[in-house]
Amino acid sequence: MHVLKVENIYKQYELGQVSTGTMAHDFNRWLHKIRGKEDPYHKITERNTRDEKGGSKFVWALDDISFDVHQGDVVGIIGRNGAGKSTLLKILSKVTSPTKGNIKIKGRIASLLEVGTGFHPDLSGRENIFLNGAILGMTKKEIHAKFDEIVAFSGVDKYIDTPVKRYSSGMYVRLAFSVAAHLEPEILIVDEVLAVGDAEFQRKCLGKMKEVSQQGRTVIFVSHNLVAVKSLCTKGIVMDQGKLVFSGSADEAVESYMNANASKVKPSTVFSSPDDAIGNEFIKIKSITVQPEKLFITDAIQLDFSFWNFTDELKFNVSFDVIDVFGEVVFGSGNEFSSINNVGSASCLIPSNLMNDGIYSIHVYVHTAGMRKLYDFMDIVSFEVFDKERNHAYYGKINGAVRPKLTWKEG
Amino acid sequence: MINKETNWTETISPVNSYWQLRLGAIFRYRDLIFLFVKRDFSAVYKQTILGPLWLFIQPIFTTLIFFFVFTKIAKIPTAGIDPILFYLAGITLWNYFSDCFVKTSNTFVANATIYGKVYFPRLVIPISIVISNLIKLGVQLMVFAAVFIYKINFEGLSFSFNATLFFLPVLILLMAILGLGLGIVFSAMTTKYRDFSFLLAFGIQLLMYATPIIYPLSYTSGQLHWWISINPLTPLIENFKFALFGIGHFDFVGLLYTTLISTFILFFGIILFNRVEKNFMDTV
Ligand SMILES: Nc1ncnc2c1ncn2[C@@H]1O[C@H](COP(=O)(O)OP(=O)(O)OP(=O)(O)O)[C@@H](O)[C@H]1O
Ligand SMILES: [Mg+2]
Repeated sequence: MHVLKVENIYKQYELGQVSTGTMAHDFNRWLHKIRGKEDPYHKITERNTRDEKGGSKFVWALDDISFDVHQGDVVGIIGRNGAGKSTLLKILSKVTSPTKGNIKIKGRIASLLEVGTGFHPDLSGRENIFLNGAILGMTKKEIHAKFDEIVAFSGVDKYIDTPVKRYSSGMYVRLAFSVAAHLEPEILIVDEVLAVGDAEFQRKCLGKMKEVSQQGRTVIFVSHNLVAVKSLCTKGIVMDQGKLVFSGSADEAVESYMNANASKVKPSTVFSSPDDAIGNEFIKIKSITVQPEKLFITDAIQLDFSFWNFTDELKFNVSFDVIDVFGEVVFGSGNEFSSINNVGSASCLIPSNLMNDGIYSIHVYVHTAGMRKLYDFMDIVSFEVFDKERNHAYYGKINGAVRPKLTWKEG
Repeated sequence: MINKETNWTETISPVNSYWQLRLGAIFRYRDLIFLFVKRDFSAVYKQTILGPLWLFIQPIFTTLIFFFVFTKIAKIPTAGIDPILFYLAGITLWNYFSDCFVKTSNTFVANATIYGKVYFPRLVIPISIVISNLIKLGVQLMVFAAVFIYKINFEGLSFSFNATLFFLPVLILLMAILGLGLGIVFSAMTTKYRDFSFLLAFGIQLLMYATPIIYPLSYTSGQLHWWISINPLTPLIENFKFALFGIGHFDFVGLLYTTLISTFILFFGIILFNRVEKNFMDTV
């Protein structure tokens, strides 16, 4: 049975600050409207690419999104930053409305775009439970009936009459989530709440979401965490630049997302002849590749380098830096090699269980054996390392530039 | 399979019809309205020493200042009404109107964080503001009553009861409607163009001088009298004073005029507000 039908949803955003230009746009829009014409700014609206600067002030944050949700589905929405996931959830929860298109709903929707919306720091935990519950759509009677359960679930009983500004941030989140967890909507919408809280809180969160779906209710949630999506969701939706690029089972969606990302990263740079290869009169790239193509944190990563060496020297030095998305060098390494017939090759193995999950780029530096610089190849290849199922309940991102597997012993 | 489409309980679409006021939804959220009112009261006076005493201090001091400036120095008459009571009544009513107006005019901007994260009928917040101010007005009217009773008992002020006193709730209701109506019209406009909040900041002061608060309507004449009479607040203030002090006459025509204007503004405001609430989060 359908509980939600999203039909050709578009959302247009105007970038930049409100100014006199905005007023001119509003006026122009109104002129078109009273003459019964289409909004003039719908035509010049661009695809929402985060990193390229387009000429238009208007972007489609959502571009023709359609999908159906059945009762009891747990739908995971995945996609890169700025793909439009939160925008979609905002429209579903009526916080903002679509520019074009319709959504049909059956039953009550409750949304959790943030934990603790409307919490007032000066009010006590008790008062905030009532306030927050009412904001989320519960009546006073419903809250009264669930009050003890909410307090017990939150585990902050002792502080229930203390103003929430005296709470630790963890306690605050616990209380806020407990209220939301005791809503009983037909459809629950959640945006990345997994990103906060400690492991115990996350376990409770996920447990509650499972429970909700087992009661035949529907959950739609956004997560950057592919592992959580795979283990919790029955359905998956992949979004990219405002478009829905995949919809199907959760496993397939995660697969599709990883493949789409594989095309975004550039795991190999190969040239067939020195004429068009990158480099200079001393050294040019023949090929640099990263393997395997789909990488999990548990895989060893092989880097293969091959250069055309036009110098008289037989020996040369290859080194590389691994750069994370923040532009920080995670680590670097190098070694000396010989070239045969002006071609020199080398390979390097990054051990398994060393990299954290994320996207990395590689800078390659080539020197003579005497460390005279021949050429720096910046951002020459890149690769993404994916997380793997874990055997404990914490699904959040594990901190750190690297994530080595260490030896632990009991006692 | 047949008639599957008719099962939907709700549809989200780009625009609503103008005439869909969605007042039923507000009623369903009545508990939330009262929790907001309660929050306003319990949160406002936290971390103050005098607490709710501020509710009394403000009108009393303003009255004393008006008494010295306008009665003692400027010697503006108060139509035979005791000047202290005259100003206290005017200020108390004016404060209610202006609080309703100014505080609701800021609705979208001030509540953007909460509006941006969860949906509930947006009018719940302006309505709760009007109600918390109503409670404040109630308290301040008690101050007024206390001063009135003091004057009757110790200064020999005479008080003659007249039946128009029963109109008091109507006058206050109209004042609330007018303040709320104007407030939500402004809140809808301020969302995108903050210029309106600057306009309101000095506009409200001008409006006070265009309302018979510090002078009686009978003090004005000619064209000025006409201009002040078309202010829909004027019949409310004047009738309030008649009901209490029995000086002048009770203006039923004016009251009808104000009723029509206020209802129209509120209706127009709700329509505008409902239009804006759908997309304001994108520009706020
Ligand atoms: N009010 C707004 N005005 C203009 N642009 C906006 C507005 N809100 C969102 N956007 C744009 O819409 C696009 C989609 O944003 P959205 O928040 O939905 O992304 P997301 O998929 O949730 O990303 P993330 O993974 O980072 O949470 C972004 O390019 C964002 O800049
Ligand atoms: Mg988001």
